[in-house]
Amino acid sequence: MKLSRADLKDLCRGAAFLGTGGGGNPYIGRLMVEQAMDLGHSVEIIDPSEVPDDALVIPTAMMGAPTVLIEKLPRGDEAIKSLQKLEQFIGRKAYATMPIEVGGINSTIPLVVGAHLGLPVVDGDGMGRAFPELQMETFAVYGVPGTPMAISNEYGDCTLIETHNNWMMEWLARGVAIRMGGAAYIAEYVMNGADVKRTAVPNTLSLALKIGKCIREARERHADPMQALIDLLPKTPYSFGKIIFTGKIVDIKRETRAGFAQGRARIQGTDSWQGLMEIEIQNENLIARVDGKVRAIVPDLICVLDNETAEPITTEELRYGQRVAVMAVAVPPIMRTPEALAVFGPKAFGFDHPFTPIEQLG
Amino acid sequence: MSIRVGIDVGGTNTDAVLMDDLKVLSSRKTPTTADVSSGIVAALEAVLQESGVAPSAIRGVMIGTTHFTNAVVERKRLLEVGAIRLGLPATKALPPMVDWPEDLSATLGQHRYMVHGGHEFDGREISPLNEQELRAAAKDLRQKGIRAAAITSVFSPVNSEMELRAAEIVADEVGDITISLSHEIGRVGLLERENATIMNGCLTDLASRVVESFRGALRRLDVRAPFFISQNDGTLMTAEHVEKYPVLTFASGPTNSMRGAAFLANAKEAMVVDIGGTTSDVGMLLHGFPREASVAVDIGGVRTNFRMPDVLSFGLGGGSLVRDDGARIGPDSVGYELTTKGMVFGGDVLTTTDIVVAAGLVDIGDRSRVASVPPRTIGTALDTIHQMTDEAVDRMKTSVEALPVILVGGGAILISRDLPAASDIIKPDHSPVANAIGAAIAQVGGEVDRVFSLEGLSRDEALDEAKSEASGKAVAAGADPDSVQIVDIEEVPLAYLPSSATRIRVKAVGDLSIGDPK
Repeated sequence: MKLSRADLKDLCRGAAFLGTGGGGNPYIGRLMVEQAMDLGHSVEIIDPSEVPDDALVIPTAMMGAPTVLIEKLPRGDEAIKSLQKLEQFIGRKAYATMPIEVGGINSTIPLVVGAHLGLPVVDGDGMGRAFPELQMETFAVYGVPGTPMAISNEYGDCTLIETHNNWMMEWLARGVAIRMGGAAYIAEYVMNGADVKRTAVPNTLSLALKIGKCIREARERHADPMQALIDLLPKTPYSFGKIIFTGKIVDIKRETRAGFAQGRARIQGTDSWQGLMEIEIQNENLIARVDGKVRAIVPDLICVLDNETAEPITTEELRYGQRVAVMAVAVPPIMRTPEALAVFGPKAFGFDHPFTPIEQLG
Repeated sequence: MSIRVGIDVGGTNTDAVLMDDLKVLSSRKTPTTADVSSGIVAALEAVLQESGVAPSAIRGVMIGTTHFTNAVVERKRLLEVGAIRLGLPATKALPPMVDWPEDLSATLGQHRYMVHGGHEFDGREISPLNEQELRAAAKDLRQKGIRAAAITSVFSPVNSEMELRAAEIVADEVGDITISLSHEIGRVGLLERENATIMNGCLTDLASRVVESFRGALRRLDVRAPFFISQNDGTLMTAEHVEKYPVLTFASGPTNSMRGAAFLANAKEAMVVDIGGTTSDVGMLLHGFPREASVAVDIGGVRTNFRMPDVLSFGLGGGSLVRDDGARIGPDSVGYELTTKGMVFGGDVLTTTDIVVAAGLVDIGDRSRVASVPPRTIGTALDTIHQMTDEAVDRMKTSVEALPVILVGGGAILISRDLPAASDIIKPDHSPVANAIGAAIAQVGGEVDRVFSLEGLSRDEALDEAKSEASGKAVAAGADPDSVQIVDIEEVPLAYLPSSATRIRVKAVGDLSIGDPK
């Protein structure tokens, strides 16, 4: 599928939705793709089934602080440098690139890389949403090593990382990213087509596109965008979505702990919603409780949306007084296995509550 | 005490108000004139005459204007601008003016230069400022005859040195050129800050002409007091500063209106409902200032990160259509045609104004013409009007506690009952000139918004540093040091970065110290 300019806007809105409050605003990434399109490049998105089993796929991404990215814009070819470094190291050319994270800005970086190099972008990713750390990948869960990994800055300075496990990769890469100014561009989780089909959360780019389009079209015909989303989800790998609360933000607390923005938002119920919802945040929305009772928990998606327009609201944009609807979305089975939950389930974020699918929560 | 004048120069009307300290002595609404100046003279003459105050007694003149916003929206009277960015090798992916409407960037000439320089978030240099590249850009500007330059350096809100040095070099090479520096204008967010700086550049010529015409108007009436112009956040800047940074006036209109309402009602924490002919705007006052919106704001199709008052518009006004026996009101309205189409004015459209006249709540037009409206419709329509207003107020409130509601605008007559969301309903006098009053009572402010690296600096130390810097800026802008207060603190830690860094924004304001005119 060739991505059009109009598609791109929808895809970015959907990627912000899938970011569950984190992942960074895709605006800068969208402009970079548009620049590439202006130069005559095009973005080709292919289904995982179209990738030959022995073909080489090198995913690309940005890592670091979105707040830095919006000020220190990239040179534009950093992620390309990282991908080429890995090609050189392995001694093979990539057949395609792919996102490691569909939520937020990282849905767009592989589109920029693919457009400039003329490589297709595989429709899928390794997070199915946004997560804060590089080992939180279905690729990792199902046995694809994160390294060799390359990390580059605007000078073309490049660090090649090889580690004994993915946690060490995350640890070293984060340090390099800070030295590179707080935002750097990476290529990692090199794999073949068979691995893609086995370990990726499938069709998440086209899902982002569908979600963005669904919200826009519902607004255009003055229909309820929340209901439109709820109707759409059963037709996707994310089989189920529901509104778990509607209300007004009455309290926001933020602090930095261990380098990550942590916090909690309190929402006072309005309309037919009684009680107080509390959402715990570690860059992304991780757990939502109403009067102490869990209503949705990571890795299922907890999306805070503008109550009128269904525009996704990031955790950094949350403010007192906003009217919001909170939508929970079931993630696909590949993200809910015991192996997956060990890497990015509630325990990985320090919660005692066991993972419970939203379908089973009241 | 201190006599001051507030003037609001809008697209349609020029309003003036003359105040003795905090007391309104006289006010006047006059049409805005093409030359701006004669409209101001007319309004000012009227308030002076009515109050009997001598021009020499005036201690300060505060002007609010939408002139510069309108110029950008209308693409008129704009200069071509050299947009210079310091940040290479970073930032190359997205050149200046990347997401602008084609017609506006063409009007400004698309003179874009990217130069090595800029800082990292923690204050390190991305690269040293490449003075050779910069001189080449400046020479190009000189050859093209460009008279305005906008300089934006990466993370200049953290470190402004490179922008200051670049300004020296450009001035040295070109000579006659006005230079806008991004750290004077905006906050973190390179494209948005750069956009605002470029827009500022294109307005500098208009700014000196407008300021000169303000000056001329005051001179003609022999007013020798200093004059100030209100900026986005409701604080004042000197005329000299506006000549350099006109873009900072962009959102002053709605801000002045809300601040004026707050003053008239003598409330610092309140909701303001401005009911017009077609729509109503609701905003919230915190410490006497409008609460600001958190989203990016488009001006003339260009994305900026100015803080605008957070205002909710809803479809209720004095000309709103009443349907379904009063159960449905608006969003369509007869608007300015109310005085011909409304039933009490001889028309045949049932509007909200007809309802309040029929209910005997106000006496406008010919009440006998609405005698046939059924009492049930009147009752239901009044219920709907109050429900809509109550809901809008409740939406914009930030806590469950009821707050005073200040009603301004011509449509304020629609509200006659208590609102559950309101602790009190206030309909102040002089509300039609709330804008001019907002300008007249404006204070002076200072703001800091930057990323603080917390290595070798505790969070409290960083906050203290930000607070004292903001207070210092307020005093430098003309505030009485004893009156300066911190009115807003916001702290957002940098996500996804384990090095402790945090973005802190602090705003301080104080009363303008007005001396005797000598």
